Amino acid sequence: MSLYYVQKFIYNINRDTKLQTGFAANADMILANYDLTDEEACALREADIGLLYVMGVNGQLLMHYAAYRGLAWDDYIQAMKDGLAKYGEVRAGSYVTIDGGAGGAV
Amino acid sequence: MSLVFAGLCSHAPGITARAERAPAELREPFFANFNIMRQQLEAAKPDALIVIAAEHFANFFMDNMPAYAMGAAPYYEGPIEDPDWLKIKRRKIPGNANLSFRLIKTIMQDIDLAYSEEWKCDHGIMVPLHFLTPNYDIDIIPVNINCQTAPFTPLKRAWAFGKALRKACDFVDERIAIVATGGISHWPATPNSGKINEAWDRDFLDKFARNDKTALLAYNDEAVYADAGQGGAEIRTFIALAGAVEGRKINIAFYAPIPIYAVGCTIAMVDLDES
Repeated sequence: MSLYYVQKFIYNINRDTKLQTGFAANADMILANYDLTDEEACALREADIGLLYVMGVNGQLLMHYAAYRGLAWDDYIQAMKDGLAKYGEVRAGSYVTIDGGAGGAV
Repeated sequence: MSLVFAGLCSHAPGITARAERAPAELREPFFANFNIMRQQLEAAKPDALIVIAAEHFANFFMDNMPAYAMGAAPYYEGPIEDPDWLKIKRRKIPGNANLSFRLIKTIMQDIDLAYSEEWKCDHGIMVPLHFLTPNYDIDIIPVNINCQTAPFTPLKRAWAFGKALRKACDFVDERIAIVATGGISHWPATPNSGKINEAWDRDFLDKFARNDKTALLAYNDEAVYADAGQGGAEIRTFIALAGAVEGRKINIAFYAPIPIYAVGCTIAMVDLDES
């Protein structure tokens, strides 16, 4: 597991439109610059927002990444819910879901 | 000169990204108070606006995370987010590097402040600017307090930072405005997004409005996380403002939980002429 580098990639690409262009052209070449497991690289390449959420990616990083990957707000919230159902509880970090998402607006 | 304006506002991305989804009876008075804040800011004729923000990985990562940082560039850029998602156009934002460095030099007498000659703004600054300086015609000086990844700066240091910032403002010739921006209780970027602990918010705002230093500094991170969520750490921006206007009460012009915006939306201003 290398959550740090998953988040480092997201941090870099969220704020760099040139990197976004490079990623669109050759995702594997860009991801090879980071110390990632196959599961992590696949989740980033495929924009598996649910898995990235469960891995423990910081919510602010993931929210911006989901927007960059084209998810509308409701779809992004649903992707996290789907991730919990498919992969289980959040494994790391502080952006855990409490009470099954109680109080959520979506 | 001195401080000519001080206030606080929310910055949640939903305020612009999902503006129309909030009930009109909540959205309209909230936006009206943003407008009043803009008018009072403009009436103060500031030469520069310092925005005390809680950035969200727009500039700093866990390889080198400052507790406090100030921008020192002739211009900044933002938003980093997809502009169509945030519904704020990407643009350059005017800065004043010379003024930044003079402020930084004074602040450093009391606080070990990081500085950066480049800075990208996320919703944490862009949403306030969208309402408060819509023509982007005031020099902006961005400030970040790390409210995102623990360990966090202690609350007493956030207060001390606010005091140091005020001292620096009083030391320069320019007319300075400060707007702090943060959320109170909120669970952003989770399936709980929209959950708001209104009772906790109102209790916090009561202490904030009275500028009760002892009460504000009595919070602890574990309890704030439990009661106010991941976003509760952003009370540091409130406390920094309270420190900057120590001894003055803070007028809560507007507060209402707006779940689709994912935060208890707040507008506050300080009467700096009050005796």
